Amino acid sequence: MDLTFSENETAFRDELRAWLAENQPEAKPPPDAGDDAQFAYRRDWQRRLYDAGWAAPAWPTEYGGRGASQSESAIYFEELGRARVPFAANTLGLLLGGPTLMVWGTPEQKERYLPPILSGEEIWCQGFSEPDAGSDLAALKTRAVKDGEDWLVTGQKVWTSGAQYSKWCMLVARTDSEVAKHKGLTYFLMDMDQDAVQVRPLRQITGEAEFNELFIEEARIPDANVVGGVGNGWKVALTTLMNERAGLGFALQIRLRQLLDDLIAVAAEKGLLEDSLYADALAELHVRCESIRLLAWKGLTDAERYGQPGPEGSLAKWLWSDTNQRVTQLAADIVGPQALISGTSWSYELLRARGNTIEGGTTEVLKNIVAERVLGLPRLKVAA
Amino acid sequence: MDFGLTDDQRDIQRTARDLLAERATFARVREHAEAGTTDTALWQELCELGWPGIAISEANGGQGLGTIELSILSEELGRVVAPVPFLASAMAACVIEQAGSDEQRERWLPGLASGEMIGALAGAVDGTAELVISGAEADVFVLVEDDGSGRLVAAQDAEVSKVAAIDPTRSAARVSAADGAGEQLEDGCPGLGRALVAVSSELVGVSERALEMTVAYVKDRKQFGVPVGAFEAVSHRCAQMLLETEQSRSLAAFAAWSADADPDSLAEAAAMAKAAASQAGREVTAGAIQMHGGIGFTWEADVHWLFKRAQLDAAVLGGAGRHRARVAAILADKIAASTAA
Repeated sequence: MDLTFSENETAFRDELRAWLAENQPEAKPPPDAGDDAQFAYRRDWQRRLYDAGWAAPAWPTEYGGRGASQSESAIYFEELGRARVPFAANTLGLLLGGPTLMVWGTPEQKERYLPPILSGEEIWCQGFSEPDAGSDLAALKTRAVKDGEDWLVTGQKVWTSGAQYSKWCMLVARTDSEVAKHKGLTYFLMDMDQDAVQVRPLRQITGEAEFNELFIEEARIPDANVVGGVGNGWKVALTTLMNERAGLGFALQIRLRQLLDDLIAVAAEKGLLEDSLYADALAELHVRCESIRLLAWKGLTDAERYGQPGPEGSLAKWLWSDTNQRVTQLAADIVGPQALISGTSWSYELLRARGNTIEGGTTEVLKNIVAERVLGLPRLKVAA
Repeated sequence: MDFGLTDDQRDIQRTARDLLAERATFARVREHAEAGTTDTALWQELCELGWPGIAISEANGGQGLGTIELSILSEELGRVVAPVPFLASAMAACVIEQAGSDEQRERWLPGLASGEMIGALAGAVDGTAELVISGAEADVFVLVEDDGSGRLVAAQDAEVSKVAAIDPTRSAARVSAADGAGEQLEDGCPGLGRALVAVSSELVGVSERALEMTVAYVKDRKQFGVPVGAFEAVSHRCAQMLLETEQSRSLAAFAAWSADADPDSLAEAAAMAKAAASQAGREVTAGAIQMHGGIGFTWEADVHWLFKRAQLDAAVLGGAGRHRARVAAILADKIAASTAA
């Protein structure tokens, strides 16, 4: 057992840290600067990462990455989190689209799509969830019908972040209604630059719109843009979903750690660490934070080293989302009225955290996954 | 990073598990619990294998292995709630080894390592510890006060009265040492961190076993035509039990590693481990009783041994709240230090 980084990992971390120290992004645009300014800011930042070879270290060198190990990739995300830099504009392409193509794409698709993902020239979004297909994703209804050499797609997608800036959409649609619902799906790359695709911002409880709805009315997708073969969409989508949690999780954990450190600092300043109620609550959150980091690293390194994925992955996301909510809720007590006034970062975090237990694996579903796949408990079939 | 055990450590774990599965069945535990006796045959066997001295240095008569090995054995013994005084002796030895004088170490450690002598450690208030695990059998006590001072007291120099704790798998006693009885140990009782790792690891074992029994039960027990484990109210509770067990496991592992590899982190790591493991132990074993339904509430079922063991272990040297308070104090100190810098 050795809970330190290896020499290589330390060197990797130090190199990145040094670069980040020398290359901080400009000051973030103020909250009222609008979505376009925020997006341009993240795009510029990705360009700087890209120019320095730091946009996607986990990508193989043949596709422009550094061939970083899983541990190094986790360190990369921890360091980005620690440096409080923005997420790259094309995070979905870098973390989901690119890796999905690397597994399922043809050589032509990889050649065509990977370089502009890395540079940020072409932004990617995700067209999975629908109003009637959230946790039950396989129930999705967006339909793709063959029309000559192309496919015509009609339907509606929801929770598509960054759609208004995206060139390509990872779209899962139904191509066969006669078979079991998981088996009739196909994964497409849809060009967002067509009138048949309408993007409508989805305003969330924080006031802004990170996400969108897509209204698709006979959008055209060339057959060459099918990924992984017709009818194989579910498997390809699972690859995308598996990647969703892996990388970003480490950055999010560090963000949580920083949020908690900030809260502890506020408490200290107000003399509240002497108050046993607050001391107890903060210590509990500290213990949780440390256990999240340990569970995430244990999950990653055990899988890397011993091949067997354990329960830690699902547990870490579940625990992170619950803890983030507790931290931001406790902040309302410790920080005071500022946490309930619009436009402050504490009020933003309080509201935004409500989404954490829903997005990227709803807690109730994670519990079912843990119960069924880790504990082997039976699943109750509900008669439709 | 590598959370895995070495081959030797895996051997220790597997040997321990196999041995205890055969020799510390619930039937045997029940037999001794109901009679209020230690399983002396098992204890003898463990002594012959060198378990009590696993982490005592070779110079002091032990096996000279580390905190991780101590943690492994503690966890395995927790899984079976073995009716032996291992934990108490191991915890006492941890403190005597690091906080004792040469003379004190020479006098007590070889006996504790061989199992000829039994030790017990407890938090005391002005020399009195109301509930000392394995206290009725101990030859020597380590009594730790709130201010961190500690005393080494031979049984004959203390007032020891047997107490019937709710956990009948080990003896218990009220121990009182008059002013001046026994000898001072080094201030701050170094070695307490390792002792906390041992009890935290035992709690992880108890929690893990409680979850295992629960999962087996809810897969089997049918109501309304289906195994009750298919109902989300039940399966989600089980998932929560897993979360708490794994959380405490990761923190106990970190503390065990810190003890030997990064001693500066041990104070915080041990406090976090004890806080999490105490809470998890109580919650998970309570969940086990609940998920077993009516059966879980009977003396005849074996779930209650785990619940009771968790209660006693959670309380020794302070429960979750006390250790969270220590974590908070450590955090406050760090802030003060960085402000001053």
